[in-house]
Amino acid sequence: MLSTILQFLFSGLTVGAIYALVALGFTLIYNASHVINFAQGEFVMIGGMATVYLVDAGAPIWVAAPAAILLAVAVGVALERLAIAPARDASVVALIVITIGASIFLRGVAQVVWDRNFHTLAPFSGDEPIRVMGASFLPQSLWVLGVSLLAVLALAWFFGRTVLGKAVLATANNRLAAQLVGIETRAVMTLCFALSAFLGAMGGVLVTPITLTSYDAGVMLGLKGFCAAILGGMGSGVGAIVGGLVLGVAEAMGAGFVSSAYKDALAFVLILLVLCFRPSGLVGARASERV
Amino acid sequence: MLRGKSLLLAGMALLLGAAAAVAQDKPIKLGAVLATQGGPAFLGDPEAKVLRLYVEKINGAGGVLGRKIDLVLYETNGAAADAANFAKRLIAQDNVDFIIGGSTTGETMAMAPEVERAGVPFVSLGGASVIVEPVKKWIFKVPQTDRTAVEKVYIDIKQRAMSKIGLIAGSGGFDKSCTDNARALAKTHNLTIAADETHGAADSDMTPQLTKIKNANVDAVLYCGFGAASVVVTKNFAQLGLKSAFYHNHGSASAQWIKGSGKAAEGVRLPAEPVLVAKLLPDRDKQKAPGIAFAEAYKAKYNEDPSTFAGYAYDALLLMQDAIKRAGTTDKAKVRDALESTKNLVGVTGIFTMSAKDHNGVDAKSFRMVEVKNGTWRLLY
Repeated sequence: MLSTILQFLFSGLTVGAIYALVALGFTLIYNASHVINFAQGEFVMIGGMATVYLVDAGAPIWVAAPAAILLAVAVGVALERLAIAPARDASVVALIVITIGASIFLRGVAQVVWDRNFHTLAPFSGDEPIRVMGASFLPQSLWVLGVSLLAVLALAWFFGRTVLGKAVLATANNRLAAQLVGIETRAVMTLCFALSAFLGAMGGVLVTPITLTSYDAGVMLGLKGFCAAILGGMGSGVGAIVGGLVLGVAEAMGAGFVSSAYKDALAFVLILLVLCFRPSGLVGARASERV
Repeated sequence: MLRGKSLLLAGMALLLGAAAAVAQDKPIKLGAVLATQGGPAFLGDPEAKVLRLYVEKINGAGGVLGRKIDLVLYETNGAAADAANFAKRLIAQDNVDFIIGGSTTGETMAMAPEVERAGVPFVSLGGASVIVEPVKKWIFKVPQTDRTAVEKVYIDIKQRAMSKIGLIAGSGGFDKSCTDNARALAKTHNLTIAADETHGAADSDMTPQLTKIKNANVDAVLYCGFGAASVVVTKNFAQLGLKSAFYHNHGSASAQWIKGSGKAAEGVRLPAEPVLVAKLLPDRDKQKAPGIAFAEAYKAKYNEDPSTFAGYAYDALLLMQDAIKRAGTTDKAKVRDALESTKNLVGVTGIFTMSAKDHNGVDAKSFRMVEVKNGTWRLLY
């Protein structure tokens, strides 16, 4: 019984780490603009698909992965410059709708440029499962979990300790005031899209050996990552990690102990409960408007 | 008076003959609706390629009954409503003599009422058993049903003296239909289903479901599903170190699945269409030569190995040619009757024998049981 519970837990943490990594990308752009970037899943997809294609073309993974991430960053910057920046004065809701459009566009382009098949990458540290007390997990899960933790530490340092990070937070809080104190708010937005594309694409490379990738892989990852971000508290890096892991473990336990047919429903019920009783998420600070 | 009458008759005969000759020269109009875009593109894309390639080949060799085939192909993204509209257009506007298509079960079922109302011989490339059960007068289909695949698997399980099985399936239409058949057939084959699990379409880890199956101590596990999830299930199965025999359905019969699963695919068994293992078939097997010829022609043109789905389109075209030749005309009712009396027609998917009760014409015997060995297929029987 213990080994069974442990296996459910490992499964939950594996999936949860993937959700967490995607959720972190949402956090960044949200922090800078209060925009929820629904093309975040597509950054993940671009990271995975581009790496797969470069590896198939004969490039070693340590060349393919950075190149793919650079491509995603370029797409992120282009998205901000060409679609978000021109609509700068539009409402946040309008900007969110623009990102939805961008996600559909990127999926369409990926279908044409690459293909409609699913692809995988070789795991970084082999596929020999690590066994602990009768349960097992793949070394790749450790990669995903480890990089998620590193990313959240780096983000905490960036927002808490650097002038640039504080500039991002200031821009989010009040763009006009930020401009008045000399912050280049346009550059801040571009930077945030570049960074979150970087995070997303890196996640895409890391999770592809586990989840596989295809032109439409971003839809599911984006949705689950969004749920994780909401669950943990939108805008909080730690919240993204907590939200992702809680969501993953809830799904796995639901599938294991209740019914695999209803596991997604169980996860969504959990989110509804959290939103009812703690609207700012598990970790997020309670929102307060100063008047 | 008598002379006048016979002259008139002779004249009429002459006119009729001329009209008949004109009709003979008119091309045979073949309509097709295939999902070459969107989700089911992996089905429709190779099917369209085959139709284009072989219509060209047939016309180059003089056509059917001395008449060329004129292909009218409509491409969809798998949406049922589009398929129904295109079916209407093929019937009302293009006046086609024969329809191939509906890459998926959903498209086929949407086209069915139009085709039945107008009365056009129709061969579907969709998978599920609902297409031909109950039998519809004008509708036939090429692929073996999901039930046939399950039956083949159960026969193999019984041969290995196993009795306790576990099921795991996705949540799509095919997955559900396959699981329903697996549950129903388990009773008739005296198998006990000790675990019955499902996963979401885009799930990335199925170890909880497989852990439950592992704890149920089953002899064999059957997977009903296809696509990326089939690779994840295979990898998780190996990760947990399950000792049971592992069966997939024919949806996994692709080079892509083997490549994606890597080592984890070793030892997995599945029922596959003969075209997939044509080269491995024994020489006495009637399907060996056509299978190899088809694979070579396809590869020569498109520089890739044909999938099983490509084979479906080839066989649909074969069924059409055979029926029109035997009917000696493109009269729709006569072609339909000829189609229904198809006998021992050797295709690449199976050997077809249709009847008034069976508009599919292939059974579990047409599948070959294969096992993955050293990263490729090994033919068992």
